[in-house]
Amino acid sequence: MSDQQPVIKCDSVYKIFGKNAEKMLQDANGKVVAAEFQKAGCVVGVNNASFEVNKGEMLVVMGLSGSGKSTLLRCISRLTDATAGNIYIEGEDLISMSDKELIELRRNKMGMVFQSFALLPHKTVLENIAFPLQVKGNSTKDSIKRAKDMVDLVGLTGRENYFPRQLSGGQQQRVGIARSLAVEPDIWFLDEPFSALDPLIRKEMQDEFLRLQGVLNKTILFVTHDFDEALRLADRIAIMKDGIIEQLDTPANIVLNPETEYVRKFTEDVPREKVLKIKSVMEPVGDETDFSDLRVSEDALIETVAEAVLGDPKSVPVLNANDDIVGVVHSSKVIHVLFGENSTLESNA
Amino acid sequence: MNFINYLSERPKLTQLGIVLIVFFILMSMTGLYHDLIVERHLFAKSVVKGEIQSSVGFAESMSMILNWQLPPQLVRIPELTFYHPVINTSATYVLIALLVTAGLLYKSFAESVNKSQWLRVNWFQIISKGFVGIIVGLLFIPTLYNWFFGEVTRSTFWEIPFMLQDFSQYLIFEFWQTPVYDPEIEDYEDYGRVRLFTRAIGVTLLFLINLVRELLIGGFETVVSLANVFSDQSGWDWLNENKDKWYSSVPAIPWTVLTAGAFILGYKLQGVGLSILAGFSCIYLAVFGQWEPAMQTLSFVLVAAPVSCLSGVIWGVLAYKSRTVERVITPLLLIAQTFPHFAYLVPVIVFFGIGDHAGAVATIIFATPPMIRLTLLGLKRVSPEVSDAGRMSGCRNYQLMFKVLIPTARRDILIGVNQVIMQCLAMAVIASFIGAMGLGFNLLLALNQLRVGQALELGICIVLIAVVLDKLSLAWADKQTDYFADLSFVERNKTALLFVAVFFAAILFAWFGNWVFADTAKGINYFYLIPHNKGITTEPFWQAGVDYMVSNWRAGIKIFNTWLLVEVLMPMKASFLAMPAIATFVLTMGIGYIIGGIRSAIVVGLFMLFIALTPWWERALITMYMLTFAVIVSVVIGTIVGAICVQNKRATKFILLVCDTFQTFPSFIYLIPVIMLFGVTDTSVLIAVIVYAVIPPTRYTVEGLRNVPESLLDAGDMSGVTKLQRMFKIEFPLAFPHIMLGVNQCVVFALFMVIIGAFIGTEDLGQEIMQQLFSGGNIGSGLMLGLCVAFIGLAMDHLIQTWAEKRKTLLGLS
Repeated sequence: MSDQQPVIKCDSVYKIFGKNAEKMLQDANGKVVAAEFQKAGCVVGVNNASFEVNKGEMLVVMGLSGSGKSTLLRCISRLTDATAGNIYIEGEDLISMSDKELIELRRNKMGMVFQSFALLPHKTVLENIAFPLQVKGNSTKDSIKRAKDMVDLVGLTGRENYFPRQLSGGQQQRVGIARSLAVEPDIWFLDEPFSALDPLIRKEMQDEFLRLQGVLNKTILFVTHDFDEALRLADRIAIMKDGIIEQLDTPANIVLNPETEYVRKFTEDVPREKVLKIKSVMEPVGDETDFSDLRVSEDALIETVAEAVLGDPKSVPVLNANDDIVGVVHSSKVIHVLFGENSTLESNA
Repeated sequence: MNFINYLSERPKLTQLGIVLIVFFILMSMTGLYHDLIVERHLFAKSVVKGEIQSSVGFAESMSMILNWQLPPQLVRIPELTFYHPVINTSATYVLIALLVTAGLLYKSFAESVNKSQWLRVNWFQIISKGFVGIIVGLLFIPTLYNWFFGEVTRSTFWEIPFMLQDFSQYLIFEFWQTPVYDPEIEDYEDYGRVRLFTRAIGVTLLFLINLVRELLIGGFETVVSLANVFSDQSGWDWLNENKDKWYSSVPAIPWTVLTAGAFILGYKLQGVGLSILAGFSCIYLAVFGQWEPAMQTLSFVLVAAPVSCLSGVIWGVLAYKSRTVERVITPLLLIAQTFPHFAYLVPVIVFFGIGDHAGAVATIIFATPPMIRLTLLGLKRVSPEVSDAGRMSGCRNYQLMFKVLIPTARRDILIGVNQVIMQCLAMAVIASFIGAMGLGFNLLLALNQLRVGQALELGICIVLIAVVLDKLSLAWADKQTDYFADLSFVERNKTALLFVAVFFAAILFAWFGNWVFADTAKGINYFYLIPHNKGITTEPFWQAGVDYMVSNWRAGIKIFNTWLLVEVLMPMKASFLAMPAIATFVLTMGIGYIIGGIRSAIVVGLFMLFIALTPWWERALITMYMLTFAVIVSVVIGTIVGAICVQNKRATKFILLVCDTFQTFPSFIYLIPVIMLFGVTDTSVLIAVIVYAVIPPTRYTVEGLRNVPESLLDAGDMSGVTKLQRMFKIEFPLAFPHIMLGVNQCVVFALFMVIIGAFIGTEDLGQEIMQQLFSGGNIGSGLMLGLCVAFIGLAMDHLIQTWAEKRKTLLGLS
């Protein structure tokens, strides 16, 4: 991984809205305090964001409204220009790209899904999906053919000739997803794609999304305000507040070791068994030889195996993807992770 | 002191009371001049004759005021002498200058955050505010003083029309000349390029109109124009030599072809409903013998409407792209909203002459602004996400505009197209004043001859064309392609093939018609073209109806009319005219202040000042009197009718349909029956105005009441309100801002009709515009008069809009 080039690389990216943003930023000398800028009539959108996203990885940017998460996404897709900092897409400097290069990049490498779907109201499902291809200059016939495949992929077969207004929210977002995938992009941006949907539909769409990602394995930047969603989908999560990335880590680490007070507030009520995998609670294989007959995978969620492990008095060996034993998990450890911190008995003692 | 408490809790009411009291005090102070200003011309005449002074000095003014008598310059604003700025450096004015500077500086100081640093940071402010102080104290106020109390030297404001006229003449004839060969005198002559340019536009438009027109009803002008271009001789000479050849004129398409085409097109674009509407409209035109004028009008619209739409979209896009363009264009659009139709005609005559092309130019100028406005509105309303989606799909700028933004803003743009079509047909009648042929011209003739039946039939023709064009364009925009149908050539082009078949069939049919109708006395081939007024007509029926009304109701109506004139209208007019100018300003600016603070007061004051400075203040007062009366009556009728109709779903639908129909109906038609019943009086004008202006308040009342949130009504029901309580405590207050927009529209509609009322005979601004028009047109006067009308409208518009906006914000509806 290390010698491979990151697909997206952000290096101290700032985005500040307002009249004298650039000058103020220079004067601030890298130390941006949101309150001071606000006094001068500037709003800090993104404050010193640095991170990398590798190929096939899904980074979820999570934050409440006004935290700057969408602004960060818009900077990386260059829908807005960052005030300062560098952004590299597959090693190429995004900021210095000409309009022409940028259009080429978007036509071939980027796809984006929007919160309110952003479908073109005058085009049918099929035309909407074919749109990026037609814009590129592909023939109508080819575009439509490809769009047809995409319709099948997102499960909208039979509704090709519907107009967006005739579809439900979930179906509209499927069209949005299909459109963003039509050009076979390497990088996939999703800006709160499921926020406008009902809870049940949202769950369904998340499953669908995971299925698609399983097939396509894109590099993904996913923005959401829903912490549960972030936990469910992410390889890594970046939690933002007031334009600053508070913590960037794997879901398990964020839940187990929140770095700031703000992050901890989010993790408090998270049911751990639904987030943590066996991997994060297992211990290295010690001297003991008396293993249980049970075997669990290191990638299994605790929730799914807890009953079996807890019912077993002996340690349970943990297997990796190649069926080698990489560790053991003991029921006491599981109990501690699940209930440890909430136990009032401990604090009373 | 209960009363004082009551008032102090209601500051707006108190302010209104003060304004009204001052107003009436001023009204009572006209004394000496009362009789002069009530008779429209007398004041100005007396000034010219030297019987009275137009302004008196300061001391005398004060003594007059102490004797409860306004000085003349406050009764009628004297002519502004702004060529004579006065600079006065006497001690008084220096003091004023210092005071103004100190006041401004104090304000800036009080508002500053860092008071200790203020002097160091704001040295520039001290200079600039000092400068403002000097200008105001030493120049502005002395000039104002001189204007009101000094010697009147010479009017320059009243000369603006003539200056504009001279300027336009210069522009047309002398500016930037170039020699052009004139075949008649066989020599080169100098022509202004502006004139050549406008002439080129005119000729192009005329050619296009003639081309479409002659394809529809035949003719030879197109051939002549082409001959002009392609042969050495003059086109007319060429035509005379080749009179008998088949190619010397364009043959008409038989009306049956177009009718069948309308059926097919309607079906292709939408379905059976539209097909029937379009087809039967054509049949109506043909059967009632209005085919030729209808096609003349159609050709005119088919050229003017696309040009308007296109230029509207172009300007809308430019305004969307550039802040500067938007800033320049916005006030022009505002003025265009209330600028009277007639006033457009005067400059058009001057620059383009008379004829179909001039009519088309006037129509285009008139119909483009709403298109610009709606395009801009639509583009601005496109959700930023959609435009982002376009950019992320890799659109270039033009692709983003034409494939994403414009199609997404399509709803508003289509409303614009609808507006353009309606405006084009509304202008059909007015454009006939400057030589446009077609239904409008015939309608005008019918009006002059007081032929109700014919005017009605012509009016219906115009409405039908408007409706059909509108629906067809909407259906065309909604058309979608099917990518899956794997069709053969015949299937794909079946409508085109069908049309070709029908085309030949109908031509054959028309050819047979030569024999079928050969024996009839008139020798008209009804299968080819039905000549004008040779169809059936319902005129006798309508005429009988009108005759019946005139003979049976006239006596009763006369009594009513006399009562209305003597008891209501004449006193009202007299009291409007009896307002000294200063009272009008106190009233309008006072109301402006109450509604929108100092800013509104200044805006309204400036509008009124412009009018007061022109020579037409009295005429404007008459316009205002008619406007006020018509608006009050229309709003009362409209809201009551709307409120009643909204109680029942079917009645609601019906009343909205009626509103639509009446709105497309050419407004001139309302004039005939009322003239017959009420004679040439203000009553006729006002009734025509009210019939037209009652539409918007009705419509907006219905819409406003219908859109009151269901949950609030339920909440009301659960609190146990009665039906009446629900109406007055919940529905009306919530619908009020929307109803106010209806009132606003009502003002605009009424203003248009009041101006058109000049056709009956009024003595307001409209009459003056008509006179400018028929006397060949002083371009400056035309424009200034148009602005006067527009400013009355804009002042009202500003007040109502501001108020409605405030209410909306208060109610949390915006």
